Amino acid sequence: MSIFVEALISLMLITGGVFVFIGSLGMAHLRDFYMRLHGPTKATTLGIGCMLIASMGYFWSVDGHIDIQELLITLFLFITAPVSAHLLAKTGLHLRLKHTQKTQGKPIELRSEEVGDKPVPHPDKGHG
Amino acid sequence: MITPRSWLPTPVLSLLLLGVWLLLARSYAPGQIVLGGILAIIIPLVTYQFWDTTLRIKKPWVLLRFILRVLKDIVVANFEVACLVANPWRRLTPHFIEYPLMLEERFTITLLASTISLTPGTVSANLRLDGQSLLIHALNVDDEEELIRQIRERYERPLKEIYEC
Repeated sequence: MSIFVEALISLMLITGGVFVFIGSLGMAHLRDFYMRLHGPTKATTLGIGCMLIASMGYFWSVDGHIDIQELLITLFLFITAPVSAHLLAKTGLHLRLKHTQKTQGKPIELRSEEVGDKPVPHPDKGHG
Repeated sequence: MITPRSWLPTPVLSLLLLGVWLLLARSYAPGQIVLGGILAIIIPLVTYQFWDTTLRIKKPWVLLRFILRVLKDIVVANFEVACLVANPWRRLTPHFIEYPLMLEERFTITLLASTISLTPGTVSANLRLDGQSLLIHALNVDDEEELIRQIRERYERPLKEIYEC
């Protein structure tokens, strides 16, 4: 494997890792449920995409023939990620989870008293 | 009488199933192609009744352009959202937005909602029962009208053109 290909694959892996990390960071640090939802569902699409490209590149340079099986993972991810995000958001609305005061726009599902001005804690805090 | 339409109601889906089967099986041996072909015919026949409508892709080229544009948007917008999330001095103004729908078919609305959820910064949160509007949660928006206009121009019009015209 030439140094160039190796560098390219490493770059892809690092980029993917950074995006997935930022997605997780968003999930841990954003202020309410609806904002936290953005991190894992989105930043990961590109992160996983980069890793899969790196994987394809690696096996291409090792085995000599290109293996497009990784595309299936992308396809399934693109089909399932939006559906799960939609269902999570819908459940959040149904359970009337609090959202931060800065949030503009009032969906009819959420009444004004459900607005919290402090960061909304993760529900499982204080149990462990 | 057995016509091609009665045993192959959705040729595109069947081809897709065959492709996915071959990729999953990781081989292009004749046996796998036959097995995949049989599955690609049987699965649509069995599940056909569960779908309320089948839409025909009227403009494949517009669909291709739409897919490429969405992929490009995912990459670009991912960088923007990553900067927003990773920036410790961020000032995010999240938004709930009622997006008035122009599309009518449930399938195309699903596609639009998925596209909205896939492009970073927005999640589709709820489809109103009357199918007239979609509730979107956006991570950081300065101008609500601008976002609605953007979604309308970039995603909804092409989808309408591809499936519903």
